Amino acid sequence: MDILPILSTLRRHKLTSWLLILEIALTCAIVCNAVFLIGQRLQRMDMPSGVAEHELLQIQVADVMPPSNPYTRLAEDLAVLRQVPGVLSVASSNQVPFGSSSSNGNIMLDPTQRERTLNAGTYFGENLAQTLGTRLVSGRDLQPDDFVDVDTAMKALGTGDSKGLPHVTLITRTLAERLWPGQNPLGRIIYLAPEVGLRVVGVLDSLARANAYDAAKAQYTMVVPLRMGANKDQSYLIRTRPEDRASVMAAALAALKKADPQRVVTTQRSFDEVRRKFFQDDRAMAGMLVGVIAALLIVTALGIVGLASFWVAQRRRTIGVRRALGATRRNILNYFQTENFLLATIGIALGMVLAYGINLFLMLHYELPRLPAVYFPVGAIVLWLIGQVAVLGPALRAAAVPPVVATRSV
Amino acid sequence: MFGYYLDLALRSLKRNKALTVLMVLAIALGIGASMTTLTVLHVLSGDPLPGKSGQLYYPQIDPQDIRGMDPSKEPPEQVTLIDGLNLLRAGRADHQALMSGGSVPVQPEQSSLDPFYVEARYTTADFFAMFDAPFLYGHGWTAADGEAKAREVVIARSLNDKLFGGANSVGRTLRMAGTSFRVVGVLDSWQPNPHFYDLNTGSYAYGEQVFLPLQTMLELRLDRNGSSDCWGNGGGGVGNILPSNDCVWLQFWVQLDSPAKAAAYKEFLVHYSQDQKALGRFQRAPNVRLRNVMQWLDYQMVVPDDVRLQTALAFGFLLVCLVNTVGLMLAKFMRRAAELGVRRALGASRRALFAQLLIESGVIGLVGGIGGLLLAMFGLWLVRQRPSAYAALAHLDLSMLFTTFVLALCATLLAGLLPAWRACQVTPALQLKSN
Repeated sequence: MDILPILSTLRRHKLTSWLLILEIALTCAIVCNAVFLIGQRLQRMDMPSGVAEHELLQIQVADVMPPSNPYTRLAEDLAVLRQVPGVLSVASSNQVPFGSSSSNGNIMLDPTQRERTLNAGTYFGENLAQTLGTRLVSGRDLQPDDFVDVDTAMKALGTGDSKGLPHVTLITRTLAERLWPGQNPLGRIIYLAPEVGLRVVGVLDSLARANAYDAAKAQYTMVVPLRMGANKDQSYLIRTRPEDRASVMAAALAALKKADPQRVVTTQRSFDEVRRKFFQDDRAMAGMLVGVIAALLIVTALGIVGLASFWVAQRRRTIGVRRALGATRRNILNYFQTENFLLATIGIALGMVLAYGINLFLMLHYELPRLPAVYFPVGAIVLWLIGQVAVLGPALRAAAVPPVVATRSV
Repeated sequence: MFGYYLDLALRSLKRNKALTVLMVLAIALGIGASMTTLTVLHVLSGDPLPGKSGQLYYPQIDPQDIRGMDPSKEPPEQVTLIDGLNLLRAGRADHQALMSGGSVPVQPEQSSLDPFYVEARYTTADFFAMFDAPFLYGHGWTAADGEAKAREVVIARSLNDKLFGGANSVGRTLRMAGTSFRVVGVLDSWQPNPHFYDLNTGSYAYGEQVFLPLQTMLELRLDRNGSSDCWGNGGGGVGNILPSNDCVWLQFWVQLDSPAKAAAYKEFLVHYSQDQKALGRFQRAPNVRLRNVMQWLDYQMVVPDDVRLQTALAFGFLLVCLVNTVGLMLAKFMRRAAELGVRRALGASRRALFAQLLIESGVIGLVGGIGGLLLAMFGLWLVRQRPSAYAALAHLDLSMLFTTFVLALCATLLAGLLPAWRACQVTPALQLKSN
């Protein structure tokens, strides 16, 4: 296919050609980045929680009058829940992975260091690892005699007396690897405050924090043996079989209500709902990006159709002359296809540069990673295809121009 | 002449129906998408208290221990109870209020209603006057009542409707958390957006149902919501244990009616920090901030990043739609070079041709703008179906309606300029000769 005649024709439509190139370049740049953003969001929504997601239920209840002893109240509630048919395991927790409220602590490796080492999610509650279904990879689980009442601990913290404080903790594998890379974390000490040193006794496979906004820090969590009393911020966690979830939830609520008809249930949901709610904005954003990509590609395709139709109509006479001089229909078809391919190629090349620029801007302002190179060829192929599909109709119409047009004066 | 040009434009647009529809549709889609996102951005970054927000300031001081000190770092975003009470009692501002969020169980007298939890704000007497909270009935509690831990409550209109059937409930009794409170005031519908005075409880579409004196809450140990940050051996803030004095968990707002007063107040905060350091309570050098409402919202980056990203994306889309329209219009105008040549030869000036072509592009812009407006309304309806907290706020207001039309017209006229100018450059003789 001879490219030179095409180029010389395009030179006569410089402005229009450049506009089309610009449109393709902008579309290419935006689509590349949008697809990349969708990928990021989908990857985020896949973030592991480390718990048995399809087997967990969360219930929060609030008392109208504070119970006289919140600790016995909590123990009674857990006992009530354990009696519900279908319940496999029960725990109370101050937070759940991807939950709406979080509890966090600043970790130090040395009580005298000036800057904290990092910030980690702090889970408090008995029987937590087992109920959540997170696996212990080394060491031991927390034992009942590790636990301290939170009131006692707070008092001890105020007086600087280390007796009433917890002394051990479980941490995740990711946190252990971050704090002591390549070393055995068991027996090492983490400081939550200068007087609160916790010895690592067990390592959990995985457990996400409640406020898992940053994927890199989502697994920075620890379980501290603090016994919490019943209050509106505590969650009752129930492990059951996936198919029993609805019936167990109903029975558990009924049992709790029966134990105290005055209280108010403030949260009742499965862990699936917890995850769905936490990532709802990501899902909405991904949906919007898909919509924008579709709209962009359609507008660009229609623009190409419109412009090509114009050119075909404008060059009817020229096409007729070429046909009369011996050009086949196929030659005419190829001419318009090649023309579009050339314009698309220049547009895509410009678009790549622009895509890279937009990505740099996003990296600066939205903490996004660099656009992987694989998006460039994919974006190019998509736009080439769109261009060829869009130009096919007008090109076929051009090919159908009869040679006799050459002999007519317009 | 305008009528004639309009007629010419409509004729020309009718000749190429598919193309006209395509151009109008592209403009409409671009305008619709950008106006939808721009409206959301506009609503979310709006001023919660227009006319008043410039006089409201959020003082920050730094009571933390020496660990991790870095003078370039911002002080904590809330205050401790002791500092809050000190600043409140110092009374150096025109108005000042100390507050925290929470939730309390309401026990209705009617046996038909189960107890239910409502969002609460525990605050001090100046809150209502300072934030221009409108009263439907009654008024707030007095500073003396607040200090005396009075069992008094101000309720929101919606709660008044629910419990008292919308009647004037001032003087009636409301039982909450096992305690009887006397209703002293009913607020009319009031929900500043963003919820600037406490962003921890939710930034948008969040409103409290009951307002209680802070001192009463401290005595009754009512449930607290929000964030608390502790340092050193600070702790608490779980269950009914209040955060200790090494924890910040309260918001403190002041009203300062002039810039001079604001400067003086900042001076006062520095002196306060120095005094506390001399007393041994503070360990760090004075590190204070005094931001007004809009500066505070800006610093807190209250508008979600996603919303900004979506707006940028929509304007990128609008740009593509415009380039598309410029290209199509250019092709269309150039196709009519012969006709334009004839008109030029018959005596029409370049200016006249230019005006004629601009009117043609203006018509497309206007129709596209109307289409864009309809699409924006549909887009906002879609946004409102989303589960985000701010979704319910996405409504088009008058200023955005006006912006839509200006944007549509400017965009298309701008898009029409280049093709019209290019088409006017035709040499009449050449066009007449060529055929």
